[in-house]
Amino acid sequence: MADSQKTKAAVSQKKQRDSLASPRGPGGHGQKLAPEKGLLAQILIHFGHSVTDRLWRLGFAAHFFLAVLMHSGTALRRFQLTIREIYFSGALSIIIILVSGLFVGMVLGLQGYDTLERYGSSEALGVLVALSLVRELGPVVAGLLFASRAGAAITAEIGLMKATEQISAMEMMAVNPIARVVAPRFWAGVISMPLLAALFSAMGIFGGYLVGVKLIGVDAGSFWSQMQATVDFREDILNGVIKSFVFGILISWIAVFEGYDADPTAEGVSRATTRTVVTSSLSILAADFILTALMFRGS
Amino acid sequence: MAAAISGSGETLVKISNLSFAYDNRPILSGINMEIARGKVVAIMGSSGCGKTTTLRLIGGQLKPTRGKVEVGGQTVHLLGSDDLYELRRRMGMLFQFGALFTDMSVYDNVAFQIREHTDLPEELINDLVLMKLHAVGLRGAHCLMPTELSGGMARRVALARAVALDPMLIMYDEPFAGLDPISLSIIGDLIRKLNDALGASSIVVTHDVQESLKIVDYVYFVSAGKVVAEGTPEELKASTDPYVHQFIWGEADGPVPFHYPANQSYEVELMGARDG
Repeated sequence: MADSQKTKAAVSQKKQRDSLASPRGPGGHGQKLAPEKGLLAQILIHFGHSVTDRLWRLGFAAHFFLAVLMHSGTALRRFQLTIREIYFSGALSIIIILVSGLFVGMVLGLQGYDTLERYGSSEALGVLVALSLVRELGPVVAGLLFASRAGAAITAEIGLMKATEQISAMEMMAVNPIARVVAPRFWAGVISMPLLAALFSAMGIFGGYLVGVKLIGVDAGSFWSQMQATVDFREDILNGVIKSFVFGILISWIAVFEGYDADPTAEGVSRATTRTVVTSSLSILAADFILTALMFRGS
Repeated sequence: MAAAISGSGETLVKISNLSFAYDNRPILSGINMEIARGKVVAIMGSSGCGKTTTLRLIGGQLKPTRGKVEVGGQTVHLLGSDDLYELRRRMGMLFQFGALFTDMSVYDNVAFQIREHTDLPEELINDLVLMKLHAVGLRGAHCLMPTELSGGMARRVALARAVALDPMLIMYDEPFAGLDPISLSIIGDLIRKLNDALGASSIVVTHDVQESLKIVDYVYFVSAGKVVAEGTPEELKASTDPYVHQFIWGEADGPVPFHYPANQSYEVELMGARDG
């Protein structure tokens, strides 16, 4: 509760700044009333506010992340709450993940064969498909799909709970909504994401096998044996799992934060949902670069 | 006046010199109220006058900018989060549109608080939930989902949920808004009966004058963040105060202005006249 009160205080500060930015509040006719300021000054003021607002939101999000971690006891102790959310976020995303994985693997099979054939090493197709998937495409594409499918749903659900006063009702019933609503959804996302990425990679490899071996006619023995011999558990698979775990944290954090911070209106929830998908996708790609640089620097 | 009504019983909620502002926009400025145990008190006023804010301050969801709210002798905004939660367990609140959890059945909504706060066996919870639902006439609807309920039924389920742990204080935020005359009467009756059966105190925030005057013991009128009138329903009906008169008899013209204040006059803004 202390955290949600701090959260509200922070929101209030933000609103105060918004109202200072425009003499008649957000959406008012501020510029019309202050024509004496030069265009450049107005652009600078607008830019400055936009930067400070973003920084403020980042700090607020970090504070919220800590609050979620601190109130995770209920989600872990009463694990059936988290399992229920794993079903909604994870289990219901399985179909989209499997179908996408299959197609991505099949495309990899076609493109990989086309390229490898030029160097006469088409039997390395299995290695190419497997490494591309477990090191990069599995975590990244599964992450992007998970953000769109489950992240958006989590944001919309929490945002609507806020808009319909369900969050307030819970607070008034002496139940902490961060512990009861937010934390189980957060942990469900964190747990689901590596499993979905693994399913995506497995299905992708199967797709590559279908196209490479069954359709084009690459030797099945070399497809599998080269893959087994080359793919390293620690360097490739474990690092891929770490990536998907980090992406799971990022997506879930962004999704629950955007939902909890959404303006309690239809428009506010719609904007929050969009922000979840955009911010999660960009964060996944940025984090992927950083993690790749850290993990594979020496090899 | 308030002392007169609370003379028979001790005061449960005491609001002293309470002020609250969202950012720089004042909502409440120095209101005083007393709610005695066992009484049903209405806070009336037009939309946006700070009634709901008062309820949120009593529930500790907002902190006052000045003044204080005491519930059962404890100053709400000074409580730590554990004590505040402890206090809230003895409060029930009915939100404007029920605020039922849409992912749970009627039964689970009513059982929610009991399951969260007690270790009672499921058989006992079952009996308690069905008793509460029976009290609001919806025992037969226990397996429905909130989306399958009418507005009036949802409000009654929310009422059953609000009294699930037999609170000492029940707060109602616009309980009559958007209801048909039959549902409105049912909710009005339930507010009074549940209050008396539980020996609780109730605060009803409303602008439905006729229904609430039938069931309440005392009324506070709030306008522009101040208590402008108070008294028993009979006293208020007989009042000659222009604001109270306008409100109770629902007159369009009176001390409450029709126009929201504008920066410029009509002549300047719309007819092209120049200042000065």
